[in-house]
Amino acid sequence: MEQTKANTKTTRDASAEGFEPRIVAFVCNWCTYAGADLAGTSRMQYAPNVRIIKLPCTGRIDPMFILKAFEGGADAVLVSGCHPGDCHYTSGNYHARRRWAVFHKLLDFTGIDPGRLHFSWVSAAEGRKFADLINDVTEAVRGLGPFASDNPARRQA
Amino acid sequence: MKVIGYYPGCSLHGGGRELDMSLRAVCRLAGVELREVDDWSCCGATAAHNLSHDLAVALPCRNLALAEEQGLSELLAPCAACFSRLKGTHVRLARSAELAGRMREITGRGYRGTVRVHNLNEFVARLLAEGFGAKLTSPLALKVAAYYGCLLSRGQDIVEGQDAENPNGMEAALQAAGCQVVDWNLATECCGGGFSMSLTAAVTSLSGAILRDARESGAQAIVTACPMCHSNLDMRQKGMGDFDGAGRMPVLYLTEVLGLAAGLEPKALGLNLHFTDAMSVASARQSQPVEGSR
Amino acid sequence: MARVGVFICHCGENIGRTVDCAAVAAEAGRMSGVAVAIDYKYMCSDPGQAMIRNAIAEQNLTGVVVAACSPRMHEVTFRRAAAQVGLNPYLLEMANLREHCSWVHEDRASATAKAIDLVRVMVEKVKRNRALLPVRVHIEPTAMVVGGGIAGIQAALDIAAGGKKVILVEKSPSIGGHMARLSETFPTLDCSQCILTPRMVEAASHPNITLMTYCEVAAVEGFVGNFQVTIRRKARYVDVAKCTGCGDCATKCPQKKIPNEFDANLGTRTAIYTPFPQAVPNKPVIDAEHCIKLTKGKCGLCAKVCTRGAINFQDKDELVQVKVGAIVLATGFELWDHSAYGEYGGGRLADVIDGFAFERLASASGPTEGRIRRPSDQAEPKTVVFIQCCGSRDEKIGKAYCSKICCMYTAKHAMLYRHKVHDGRAVVFYMDIRAAGKGYEEFVRRAIEADGAEYVRGRVSRVYRRSDGKLIVRGADTLAGRAMTVEADMVVLADAVVPRSGSEKLAQMLGVPYDGDGFYSEAHPKLRPVETAAAGVFLAGACQAPKDIPDSVAQASAAAAKVLGLLSSDELEREPIIARVNSQTCVHCRACINACPYRAIEDAALPARPGAPVVQVARVNEGLCQGCGTCVALCRSNSIDLDGFTDEQIFAEIATLE
Repeated sequence: MEQTKANTKTTRDASAEGFEPRIVAFVCNWCTYAGADLAGTSRMQYAPNVRIIKLPCTGRIDPMFILKAFEGGADAVLVSGCHPGDCHYTSGNYHARRRWAVFHKLLDFTGIDPGRLHFSWVSAAEGRKFADLINDVTEAVRGLGPFASDNPARRQA
Repeated sequence: MKVIGYYPGCSLHGGGRELDMSLRAVCRLAGVELREVDDWSCCGATAAHNLSHDLAVALPCRNLALAEEQGLSELLAPCAACFSRLKGTHVRLARSAELAGRMREITGRGYRGTVRVHNLNEFVARLLAEGFGAKLTSPLALKVAAYYGCLLSRGQDIVEGQDAENPNGMEAALQAAGCQVVDWNLATECCGGGFSMSLTAAVTSLSGAILRDARESGAQAIVTACPMCHSNLDMRQKGMGDFDGAGRMPVLYLTEVLGLAAGLEPKALGLNLHFTDAMSVASARQSQPVEGSR
Repeated sequence: MARVGVFICHCGENIGRTVDCAAVAAEAGRMSGVAVAIDYKYMCSDPGQAMIRNAIAEQNLTGVVVAACSPRMHEVTFRRAAAQVGLNPYLLEMANLREHCSWVHEDRASATAKAIDLVRVMVEKVKRNRALLPVRVHIEPTAMVVGGGIAGIQAALDIAAGGKKVILVEKSPSIGGHMARLSETFPTLDCSQCILTPRMVEAASHPNITLMTYCEVAAVEGFVGNFQVTIRRKARYVDVAKCTGCGDCATKCPQKKIPNEFDANLGTRTAIYTPFPQAVPNKPVIDAEHCIKLTKGKCGLCAKVCTRGAINFQDKDELVQVKVGAIVLATGFELWDHSAYGEYGGGRLADVIDGFAFERLASASGPTEGRIRRPSDQAEPKTVVFIQCCGSRDEKIGKAYCSKICCMYTAKHAMLYRHKVHDGRAVVFYMDIRAAGKGYEEFVRRAIEADGAEYVRGRVSRVYRRSDGKLIVRGADTLAGRAMTVEADMVVLADAVVPRSGSEKLAQMLGVPYDGDGFYSEAHPKLRPVETAAAGVFLAGACQAPKDIPDSVAQASAAAAKVLGLLSSDELEREPIIARVNSQTCVHCRACINACPYRAIEDAALPARPGAPVVQVARVNEGLCQGCGTCVALCRSNSIDLDGFTDEQIFAEIATLE
């Protein structure tokens, strides 16, 4: 049904001026989500292009989540968790990192520009880092253009 | 190393002649050709950067461009100020395309950033690494204070590989020459710099403190690698009371020490041109100079 | 049929100024499955919560989304409100419109569009939430305190007074920490050991406290209420049960010249030693590195003179397992190594010392019996320069932060020096004076006005030793606008306060976050100063941030209160974010069992029909599972899912963002 879908079609046209990238971020509750909270409490301003999906740990991230996000038209996906050694659940972020190393190759194989998938570590104390990260990723992806323009086969589907 | 670009600057052809002479003597012995940059001009030294930032960059930039055009990938600037300006300009141009563009317009030459600039300490360390130590057959048994001054000890990215509080760039060369390098306190203190004429009292006071500390630390001579420092320490001892006459402290260039330790004649190294008598230093040599060494 | 209630909070102006809450509510009302959508000024207030409760009851809501601040703020508040009217609390989710939206964006249109998306994501999730029942876990009624300084001692005493058992683990041979090394404390100039030692004795004799000195935490497993801790009891080579603390062994030990760490290496000790006379326990240890018997097989004099036969050269390290329900970290601090400052001598000048060394000089039980003597030649210094902020407030070489205690202890040092050397000159170079505690400002003024300390506002650019032994201190007097040189006999540097080395390893063992400077992170900088992100682990003292004794004691008591709260029930209710295995599809590849950091998944045999082969599957132990979901992402057969963050929920959230 129409009402369950997001409503930003107008700014996602490749030909329109001021393309606003749509970024889906999978973040862990203990570090990056808290870091984003800190950015908010400190009133650090950043680009409004990101939509955060909260998970207990980056270890929870199934590669299918990322593929589904791209399939849904996300222009970029960001995965962010605790620094290595500091995972709230000890090793979840190590699993995530290993998965990403392999998944990165798969993504390349599918023809999706690897520049659209970003991986980072942001701790609960790094509000500034989170804000800078969103701004940097938004700009980087703005340069790449909309996802649809990457993948003509999909546009015809 | 067979050939190295050479930028003498005004001092090496003028007040710092002894440095030029001793440097050439050492290079001859080492088999290194000093190829002077053709049509080199003033580096700007302290005067330019006090007046105009652009001028202070354009003057060294021109010389770097000339060196590059003349196929000199490495450039030795023995004067510490010239070194600081040339190397500093090279670093600034590498960091800012906008600055490089402006310099291209001002100088009419495009510097591509390919020249590596070296100071005297770095150059001497290279000679040692290439085996110059074997030539030091008349070790100079002298207790010396190694004086670095400011431009050869500080400036991240300009002076590389030296601890600004505790530099040691000359130590290996001095030890190879047979000297004992004393532990002293004022190795990086200001000598008075360019105020020799305009604020002589400052120079007398600052350089006086340096000489005094060197003596109190047991040094028989001070070794330096900067012609400005040399001038300040060497020229004004007469008026200092405790350094008059017999109390004098010879001030030597690093290359003079190396030349002496290699058995060369003191006069060939310019030792007789010092204000403070330095000829007597030669007597600290351990054995006779090798016959026919030039 | 889903009937979700959406409640949009304005949070006063915090959300309302940037996000058009009414528009968000209107849009939410049009979302599929949403039965009611309201916006209100303050959702967390009593009327706000009442609104939610009423809507749940009157509209038969099956789920609730509160779009407001971060769930870290009020998820508990709203879930409690829902539970009060019979809605399972896990059927309520929050959308973060404040920290993640209104506070970080300025443009009203894009912030409102984002807010709508965030609400939509949570609505789709909540529609797929299931009612979950909390898991109950046993709580071990014992606490462990790591670190036997004043903070650790205070925490242990308070927990013990509350009727619970405490294990106090300390890695040096005696408790007491740095406070035992101080001469007098600010602002009262109390004798430090006089006020500390009664506490130390109390801790040693309290029936509820077990002292484990010369011990270190080697490994920690488990989780809140159920920690299994492995403690390494280091070999003392002395049987504490037999030893009476007479001290004969130390008087006979031939190794007399070992630098004494307690005395900041200004004095010496023997190989068999008690760290200080008031040590608790007052039993010696043998320093195995320097003991002639242990390194070369000769001597053994101490064993010969010990009338109780308490020396045991065959002693070995021992690993002890303990079960505790809560842990307090009180590992304290040390001083930054000032040899990084070449301008102050690079650590090579004997008469340039740090604050602890000065304390030992001033202390009546120190290496000079309380007489101020400089290390190089034992002469009495007539001019002492104190340099504040050595390594603190220095982003380039040292630490960016202020170490908080140095202005106060420097004033104290200047005063103690002047009290002992009446004709001495004390010069203090400072950048600012931070004397914010009770009686602190008055204390500093007393140092200046009554005790004649010279305070110079300016930094010191160089300290070097002239050939006549004088330390030349070159600084600036910025208020007078001129350079200032002092010929000093001794220089005391107020080195930055840093966490103890090795504290990071302990934090990693426990899953406690720490900041870039190594200080342990509190759960919330304003409102939760003694808890950590690791449930059941609390903080006390300087390990969390530089602080003085009163604040350390206060924080220790606060941590103890939290511990007593935790241990006050037999059982702990845990969040039911638990993984679940579908035993019908599980193929027992054991990938999840191997990956789980809590060893919460076990092999289980399914009941089999007679004659049928026994099937093995994986099964999650609800008591141990922490809900990270690593196993879910790993499972090749999609047989495991995480309550509260199911695949269905997450895919629905992603789908709303198309």
